[in-house]
Amino acid sequence: MSLADIKPGECAIVTNMKSEAQMRRRLQDLGLISGTKIVCIGKSPLGDPAAYLIRRAVIALRKKDADQIEITEVNQWRRS
Amino acid sequence: MEKVIALAGNPNVGKSTLFNTLTGMNQHTGNWAGKTVELARGESKRGDTTFYWVDLPGCYSLLAHSEEEETARDFICFEHPDAVVVVCDATCLERNMNLVLQVLETTHNVVLCVNLLDEARKKKIKVDLLLLSKRLGIPVAGTAARNGEGLEKLFESIETLDSEKLRKTELLEYPKPLEEAIQKLEKMAEKEIGDKAKPRWVCVRLLEENESFAASMKKYWGKSVSETQEVKETLKSVWKELKEQGYEKEEIRDAIAETFVKASEKICKDAVIYEDRQYDKKDRKLDWLFTSKKTGFPIMFFMLLLIFWITISGANIPSSLLSEGFFWLEERLVELAVAVHIPKTIYDPVIFGIYRVLAWVISVMLPPMAIFFPLFTILENFGYLPRVAFNLDRCFQRCCACGKQALTMCMGFGCNAVGVTGCRIIDSPRERMIAIVTNSFVPCNGRFPTILTMITIFLAGNAAGMFSGFFSAFLLASVILFGVGMTLLVSKLLSKTILKGMPSSFTLELPPYRMPQIGKVIVRSIFDRTLFVLGRAVAVAAPAGLLIWFMANITVADKTLLRYGADFFDPFARLLGLDGTIFIAFLLGMPANEIVVPVMLMAYLAQGNLINITDATVMRQLLTQQGWTWITAVSTILFSLMHWPCATTCLTIKKETKSLKWMIISMAVPTVMGIIVCFLFATTARWISGIF
Repeated sequence: MSLADIKPGECAIVTNMKSEAQMRRRLQDLGLISGTKIVCIGKSPLGDPAAYLIRRAVIALRKKDADQIEITEVNQWRRS
Repeated sequence: MEKVIALAGNPNVGKSTLFNTLTGMNQHTGNWAGKTVELARGESKRGDTTFYWVDLPGCYSLLAHSEEEETARDFICFEHPDAVVVVCDATCLERNMNLVLQVLETTHNVVLCVNLLDEARKKKIKVDLLLLSKRLGIPVAGTAARNGEGLEKLFESIETLDSEKLRKTELLEYPKPLEEAIQKLEKMAEKEIGDKAKPRWVCVRLLEENESFAASMKKYWGKSVSETQEVKETLKSVWKELKEQGYEKEEIRDAIAETFVKASEKICKDAVIYEDRQYDKKDRKLDWLFTSKKTGFPIMFFMLLLIFWITISGANIPSSLLSEGFFWLEERLVELAVAVHIPKTIYDPVIFGIYRVLAWVISVMLPPMAIFFPLFTILENFGYLPRVAFNLDRCFQRCCACGKQALTMCMGFGCNAVGVTGCRIIDSPRERMIAIVTNSFVPCNGRFPTILTMITIFLAGNAAGMFSGFFSAFLLASVILFGVGMTLLVSKLLSKTILKGMPSSFTLELPPYRMPQIGKVIVRSIFDRTLFVLGRAVAVAAPAGLLIWFMANITVADKTLLRYGADFFDPFARLLGLDGTIFIAFLLGMPANEIVVPVMLMAYLAQGNLINITDATVMRQLLTQQGWTWITAVSTILFSLMHWPCATTCLTIKKETKSLKWMIISMAVPTVMGIIVCFLFATTARWISGIF
């Protein structure tokens, strides 16, 4: 499954990032590595991009970029 | 004693606010990623020490994936500031810690400044500063820069850097194979660079084959360490060994980045406590309101409308008061000149040329600017603009451009030159160029008055009272939307022709909402922006006024120079629904768009006299006498929206792109579009009105 598949209100754990080098660096700088929890908190009015909660910061990613991020353990998000 | 202190930090952590509070220098701060695009410097005195503060561009890392990160890294690494203060957002400390660790790898002289403590308190987030200081081995100061809280502690922390024994051991431990490789390189690197930089930091950059860093070493040290024969060979063998252990170049880079992230996690564990699980509930609710399918776009349009409506209705009265006041003063000035026997040949050009154009520029421009700028800054500081980029990104993606272009367009509302500089926040060079070339499709504050005057005189003039203001705002918003549409269209055309390419990857941070300090915003936008822009307009308006006066009064063979010019451009301008005089006004308005309407009026009025140019009826009469119809007005609006950018913007484009070619393209694109659109509009409109 990829990050683009989860709906607003769902969370997941990142397992692998297939993004091209530059984008992967950028995501790593934002604290996204495999094992990181990520939450989809909403989509823009036209459905793309979507907003994700990464280490308590909200980052918008386009669908084609979210598609490169593989995830597992999709759950309903509960704040902890 | 003198100390050079660099301020580093992620975008949007209140770094510029801190810088302003520290130095008292008024540098504009905004609530979006990557606003500080040039290194701002300022100083402050404390005791007998002078602190020189350098505001580095906001960045997420020092690994240099963008121009801003490169600038920040080069300053920290090669300019050797006495200390680096890393400013962090207390509400999002773990993410910020990544940069702290990277800076700590380059230098030991680091102070951690946990800013926005006021926001953290509001959200019931507790930060254990002592624990952080212990874990990191550096002084930590908690601040709320907006209220000046904690600044004393920050100064003290910087001073303790000299006296206290700092941690000299490394915080970060890379995976074993990497550590072994670093060890092999470190001695050699030390020999090469001495104490110019931390060898370990340089070694890690060598291992990850950081090309931008190699280039900077060459620039600052004359040669890159990787060029040394010994290092070169060792690197080769080290890479070979690592490859055998499963570490290709990409894996090396991943491992380094992951080490930082994991270390940040460890350092922040239990040091930041979120007492309220729902601490960001308000932010998420507002996000829903501003970006949901149902409400996102309507609210955006409503905001646009509201801003214009307030600006238009608020500016009306002060504008006419100013205009009356200036006219009254003009009469007195003439009387005075006559009384003290100044010859007419001198006071005529000075009063009717320079003074009058100045008076018009000020009375037409000052009130809307003084209202628009603060309103816009409030939205900006509140954090609404990134949401606009979020909402509109899909449109830009379709046009193979970057969603952050929406942000640079917003900056363009204030001033296109600022918008062009702001395009640095776009990483992809291709998309950045698109944003630069199309920036002038957003009418800057200098063009607002032109468009607004046309709307009030010809299009909304008949509607009454409150409704008239609202109708004008609606028309103005429509013009802006048309400009946005043109931006998208031209972006797409560029992507399919001279700037071919696919949309690149990008991340856009949506920062927490922050209540703007309205009082400060008003004061700051009036002093920083309004007066600055007005000053620039006035500086241009004075000579332009003089020039146009001479052109309108020097006669050669029964025709004024202005007439010659206007007649020359007239046939072409008429095709566009304009006339020669309007076209000349746009040409003369190149140094600053603000003077287009005054110059035009002055040209029309070469012999006549006009009392109050804010009086719509009088203006309408005057322009109708010159053969204006609603078609002329709309064409003028369209041409104002789309023609060559002003001189300042052109020079900025040249500076930013380092290319004359792109400056010329940026001038040609809007001009050609303007000519096409005006021609099509004028032809169609004439044809339609011919039928009825």
